Amino acid sequence: MVQQILFLILAGGASAYAWTQFMAIRKTILLGQDEVITGDTSARWRNVLLIAFGQKKMFKRWIPAVFHLFIYVAFLFTQVELIEIFIDGVFGVHRFFASLLGGFYTLIINTIEILSVLAFVATFIFLARRNLLKVPRLVKSELNGWPKLDANLILIFEVILLVAIFSMNGADVVLQGRDPLHYHDTGFLAVSSWLGPALFGGLSDGALVLVERAGWWLHLGMVLLFLNYLPKSKHLHILLAFPNTFFARQRPRGEMENMPAIMNEVKSMMGLAEDTGAADEELPEFGANDITTLSWIDVLGAYTCTECGRCSSVCPANATGKQLSPRKIMMDIRDRADEVYTKIQSGKPEYAVDAEKPLDKTNFNDGKSLFDYITREELHACTTCNACVEACPVLINPLEPILKMRRYEILTESAGPGSWLPMFNSIENSGAAWSMTIDREEWTKA
Amino acid sequence: MKIKTMAAYAAEGKEPEILFWVGCAGSFDDRAQKVTRAFAEILTAAEMEFAILGNEEQCTGDPARRAGNEFIFQMVALQNIETLNMYQVKKIVTACPHCFNTIKNEYPALGGTYEVVHHTQLLQQLIDEGRIKLKEGGTFQGKRITYHDSCYLGRINGVYEAPRAVLASLDSQLVELKRSKQNGLCCGAGGAQMWKEDEPGDKRINIERSEEALATGASVIAVNCPFCLTMMSDGVKAKEKQDEVMVLDLSELIVQNLA
Ligand code: SF4
Ligand code: SF4
Repeated sequence: MVQQILFLILAGGASAYAWTQFMAIRKTILLGQDEVITGDTSARWRNVLLIAFGQKKMFKRWIPAVFHLFIYVAFLFTQVELIEIFIDGVFGVHRFFASLLGGFYTLIINTIEILSVLAFVATFIFLARRNLLKVPRLVKSELNGWPKLDANLILIFEVILLVAIFSMNGADVVLQGRDPLHYHDTGFLAVSSWLGPALFGGLSDGALVLVERAGWWLHLGMVLLFLNYLPKSKHLHILLAFPNTFFARQRPRGEMENMPAIMNEVKSMMGLAEDTGAADEELPEFGANDITTLSWIDVLGAYTCTECGRCSSVCPANATGKQLSPRKIMMDIRDRADEVYTKIQSGKPEYAVDAEKPLDKTNFNDGKSLFDYITREELHACTTCNACVEACPVLINPLEPILKMRRYEILTESAGPGSWLPMFNSIENSGAAWSMTIDREEWTKA
Repeated sequence: MKIKTMAAYAAEGKEPEILFWVGCAGSFDDRAQKVTRAFAEILTAAEMEFAILGNEEQCTGDPARRAGNEFIFQMVALQNIETLNMYQVKKIVTACPHCFNTIKNEYPALGGTYEVVHHTQLLQQLIDEGRIKLKEGGTFQGKRITYHDSCYLGRINGVYEAPRAVLASLDSQLVELKRSKQNGLCCGAGGAQMWKEDEPGDKRINIERSEEALATGASVIAVNCPFCLTMMSDGVKAKEKQDEVMVLDLSELIVQNLA
C-alpha cells in the first residue's frame, strides 16, 4: 500500500511536470511564423516511416548506425516493460504480464535482456568515441559546456538503467526458486538466469527482496528522470524526429522559397500586374532575424537536432576551417528560442514594445536577435551546396535559416558583403552577373 | 560560328528544336566560352535545330537570389520569363547547373514552366540515339579521368548517371573521387561565393577539392559547370599541376572525340 501511494505520487508528479515542459516546447516552436504545408501527404508518411522510424539516413555511416540501432530498439522494447511497471505500481501486483502471457512473456523479457546487453556495449562504444577516440564531429567547439555534458550524461543514465534492469531481473530469478507463489516463473532468461544466481545466489530472502525492489524503483526513477530531462536535451529527437520528418519541406531541394510580396511588387513595377498599392504600405521586414521571423518548421528543426554534427562534417566551409557550422546554426536557434520563450514568460514590461500591453511574440523586443548568436561571417561562408541537408538523419534543413538570415541582411538592413554590390548592380543594370564590355554573342564570333 | 537567335527563327516563322541557354559564365568568361563553343559544335554536328537568345538573355538571377537579394532576382527572372514566353519556348538546354536549377525549379513559381535539361543529359541522349558519332579509340581511350559532381547538378537535382554515361562513351577509365555523387564536395563557388573572397579559414574550398581530385592520379578532371571549371582550374594551378592535369568540361571531351 505504501509503495502504491509512493508510486502514484512519484509517477504522477514527474509526468505532470514533464507535461508542462513539453507544452512549453510546443509553445516555443510555435513562436515561429506559420508556414503553409504543401505537397504530398503520403510522401510525408513515407519519410516518417523510413527516416524517423526506420532510421534510413543513419545507415550512410554504418558503424554508428548499428550501435545506435541497438540503443534505439532496446529503448522501444523497454516500453513494453514500462507498461508492466505502471500496472504493477498502480495495482500493487508483481509482474502482471508474467502469468498472463506465459511463454510470450519469456520471449519479450529475453528480447529486452539481449537488446539491453547490446545497448550496454553500444553505450560504452559511444562513450569511447566521444571521450577517447575523439571523433572530430563529436568534439567541435560548439559542443563545449552543456552539449558535451548532455551527450555523456545520457550514456551514463543508460548504464544506470541497465544496472537497474539486471538487478531487478536477476534477483527475481533467484526469488522464483525460493518463493514461486509470489514470484511467478518467467522462464529461462538469457542473461538474468545465470547472472542472477551468480551475483545474488548467496543472499538471504530479505536481501533479495531488497535488491529486486531497489532495481524496480531505480528503473522507474531513471525513466521518470529521463522524461523530465528529455525537454532540455538533444535527446528530444527521439520524439520530435517524427513530426520533423513529417513536416520536412517537400519542394525541390534547389528551389528557394519564393517571396510573393516582392514578386508582386516587381511585377507591378514592370507593368505586369495591377499595382495593388502594397508598395505604399509601411516597408515590411524581409527574411528572418529572430525566432519570430523564422518559420515554426525551422524552430521545430532546432529542437529536433541531435547535435550529431553529420551536417558540419560534410560542410565544405566547416571542413576548410571557416566559422560556419550548420550544427551550430541549429543549436543557436534552439538557444535563442529558449531565451525568447523564457523572457516572454517572465512578463517583464522591459521586454515589451508597448509596455501597456501584455508580452507576446508580436509585442516583444529584448534588444537582441539571432544575429547575436550567429555571426554574419558564418552566414556569408555558405556555398548553398546542400551537403548539410543531404546529411541530416532527421531531415533538418540548416540551409533554410541561413538563407532567410541572408535575406534579412540584404533586403531589410541593406547590408552584406561589399563585394556582392558590383554583382547586384551589374545584374540590375545590364542583366549580367559581371559588368561586361562585350556582348552575349561574342563567343559565336571566334 | 554562325548561331541563330530565337529572334531570327521567329522572323522566319519557325521554331527550333531546343533553346540553348548560354548563361553569364558561358557568354563572358574566356574559359567557359570555349565550353559554349564546344557544345554548340556538338549540337551542330548532331544536326540539331537550336537557337540562342543572344542579347535578349539575361542572368537567371541565381547568384543574386542566393546572396539574399530577392528584388534583383525577381527583376531579371521575370524579364527572362517574359522573353521565353514571348517566343513560346518549350525546351531549354544549358551547360550551367545553376541556370539549369533556377529555370527548372524556381521559374515555375514565377510563371515560367519549361522542360529543362542539362547539357550532359542531352549529350547522353545524342550519343545513345546515335546522333553524334564518336571516334573509335579516341584521344581519351584508356586514360584515367575523374569526375567532379557539381552540387547543383548532382546532390541538388539528382543527376549522377548521365555525365558518367557520357564519360563511359570515351572508353576512358573513370576513377571516382573519394567524395562523390550525394557526398560530393562543393568546389566552393556556389551561393554567390564566386563573387567574393572566402571567409577566413585554414584553406580555400577549391584547394581542398583539387587536392582530392589530384590524389586520384587522373590526368583529366571532368566537370559539368563553368564555376567548377574555374575553381578546379585555379586549384590545380595553385598546386602547380596544370601541365600534367587538365580540367575540362564534358562537352570539351566529347568535341575532341567527334568522328
Ligand atoms: S549548404 Fe552551406 S551550411 Fe550546408 S553544408 Fe553547404 S556550405 Fe555548409
Ligand atoms: S542538423 Fe541534423 S545533421 Fe546537423 S547536427 Fe542536427 S541532427 Fe545532426
